[in-house]
Amino acid sequence: MYQILEKKVLAPKITSLKVDAPEIAAKAEPGHFLIVRVDEESERIPLTIADFDREQGTLTIIIQEVGFSSKQICNLTEGDVFRDVVGPLGNYISTERYSKVVCVGGGLGVAPLYPKAKSLQENGAEVISILGAKTSEMLIMEDEFKAISDQLMISTDDGSQGRQGFVTDILKDKLEENNDIDLVIAIGPMIMMKFVSKLTKNYGVQTLVSLNSLMVDGTGMCGGCRVTVGEETKFACVDGPVFDGHLVDFDEQMRRQTFYGDYEQEALSHAGGEYQCHQQ
Amino acid sequence: MPSAVKNEMPLQDPEERINNFKEVALGYGKEDAVQEAERCLQCKNPACIKGCPVEVNIPEFIKLIKDGKFKASLSKIKEKNNLPAVCGRVCPQEEQCEAECVLGIKGESVAIGRLERFASEFAAKESESVEENESENQKQSLGNVAIVGSGPSGLTAAADLAKLGYQVTIFEAFHKAGGVLTYGIPEFRLPKAIVKSEVENIRKFGVDLKLNQVIGKIKSVDELLNNDFDAVFVGTGAGLPRFLKIKGENLNGVYSANEFLTRVNLMKAYKFPKYKTPVYTGKKVAVVGAGNVAMDAARTALRLGAEESMIVYRRSRQQMPAREEEIEHAEAEGIQFNLLNNPVRILGDEEGTVKGMECVKMKLGEPDESGRKRPLPIEDSEYVLDVDTVIIAIGQGPNPILLNDTPDLETNDWGTIVAEEDTGQTSKEGVFAGGDIVTGAATVIKAMGAGKKAAQAIDQYIKSEIYGKV
Repeated sequence: MYQILEKKVLAPKITSLKVDAPEIAAKAEPGHFLIVRVDEESERIPLTIADFDREQGTLTIIIQEVGFSSKQICNLTEGDVFRDVVGPLGNYISTERYSKVVCVGGGLGVAPLYPKAKSLQENGAEVISILGAKTSEMLIMEDEFKAISDQLMISTDDGSQGRQGFVTDILKDKLEENNDIDLVIAIGPMIMMKFVSKLTKNYGVQTLVSLNSLMVDGTGMCGGCRVTVGEETKFACVDGPVFDGHLVDFDEQMRRQTFYGDYEQEALSHAGGEYQCHQQ
Repeated sequence: MPSAVKNEMPLQDPEERINNFKEVALGYGKEDAVQEAERCLQCKNPACIKGCPVEVNIPEFIKLIKDGKFKASLSKIKEKNNLPAVCGRVCPQEEQCEAECVLGIKGESVAIGRLERFASEFAAKESESVEENESENQKQSLGNVAIVGSGPSGLTAAADLAKLGYQVTIFEAFHKAGGVLTYGIPEFRLPKAIVKSEVENIRKFGVDLKLNQVIGKIKSVDELLNNDFDAVFVGTGAGLPRFLKIKGENLNGVYSANEFLTRVNLMKAYKFPKYKTPVYTGKKVAVVGAGNVAMDAARTALRLGAEESMIVYRRSRQQMPAREEEIEHAEAEGIQFNLLNNPVRILGDEEGTVKGMECVKMKLGEPDESGRKRPLPIEDSEYVLDVDTVIIAIGQGPNPILLNDTPDLETNDWGTIVAEEDTGQTSKEGVFAGGDIVTGAATVIKAMGAGKKAAQAIDQYIKSEIYGKV
């Protein structure tokens, strides 16, 4: 059992949970993810480790309500437990030997971006961070990024904070201004990572993306998370989840992500019915 | 003279059973079992024992059933076999113990598997006292052994080592123990309650079971050896699915059999939406491959409501690797067999979901390296099979997570661990391996046999290495 030690609501429907998991915290590195399961009837859900503290033996995960399972996790409170937490999974990324990097985070993707940005900064890179959200209210981890970035820029779809528009607008300016950027990391919705990768390709700048594919086991034994990278099929859980953005087939990934949409609805409405019964 | 044929085992009616996940084979009753046990000739030099990879004393346990001593019969089996309820159900007895039975020369061999299952079932309720007595025997631990993987080889090695007096810890990556018994073989062939109780029986020997632990990630094999453990047994199986590497394989509606079966068996997707893991089954399902995993997937699809479920196999019926019994059950349930057919590409609609599979017809040529006739495509025979779900069941390889993390563990060209056949000793001192991670995908009982041999070898290793030096 893995206890929740601290809960913070970061934005509407976005929750941060600090979980007691000393064995996993001891091995966690930027890029690693977890598979969690709340109770006996739950799905296995992949979540990136947004932060870890080896001394306290804790992991931080940040999650947004989108379907039944994420809602169930967001409804957990301090003292509650996850029945299962597996990790650290996936490949961690090497953050040494970069001198100037742009870290681009969109929506909830800001959370998995953080440990990588922090580690790049600790290894001596100049960090330019670009965070995007739908509205100012939905923007998360601004303070954390302020602390580790040499420059921090924000864009919102509605212009309620920072520049109005998309992260790619700011990124384009940065790529024009600087010809010594040696890495772009982009994490966010698949469509955002697709357009970031398209843009950076024109400038020939190495670009890493972290895919949030559907997963079951997260250990390479089912292939549910497969993705076409270059000409090859890779498993995001063991070969990734970080890949070269210039090689990923994003359209295929977007299609695969929507496959269980109807089931998500059914799970939600089924649960809704149950809750009503309990109330009566 | 004994009857020439086996006592029939009652089965759930095919029309009924395709609508549920309950066990198909219902098992012998007391009278059936005693009658079948009476067929055994009690040979002086029993060949059946040689056919059993864990060398159960078959004539003796059968004699005990004949005499009505069911509990003693189970104890006799358990001297050698730690998972009798599983083996009685899923072993290919026709290729092992029953293949050697002398009655099989002129008629049908004794139904050893069915009797083993009967003993495990009938005595299950009374067997606890047996377990407890055995666990009392172990007082001081002779040493600590780590077992990686809780499938058949790991469970067997763990139980045998615990019986010998070792403190054993199993590390399992999933949230449930059992390996393929839990995530792979469906409920209708091997009820999960039975797997659970077999695992519980093994834990009663004092075996510690740590779930959610991916060795190679949370701990390395070296860390296990450096910290607490005198030896490590690697029984991580062959869980890496193979794909066909044809166009359209990443379309929605294409599953590996591992994913499809894991969703249904481990995550209980057949009980969606009570259980939250979904599984998609269209109206027309094609399963590519013809092993036991393919039969399991095709029969599962039917139970999930597919109107048509078919096997697509590039060779002919004779070469199908699945057990005859499973093929017969599949046929009775209405699974179609598209033999001598090979997929060329999978076709999708605008939304990227499967809408058909292009196949080419095949003919058989001369035997290949495997000894089976080589399938050859017939020119210009391509056609489109009307399906909306494709499940790939063409085999599994070894999972590389642990191996990549332990580079000094020697592997061969197929990525399996190189280990001595009689001992499981690997290239790395103190590390033993057995089951599918050494042989590639094989059978439950072979994995158990390997776990048994490795347990003996680990006992000898620890006694000579650790105590020998003192």
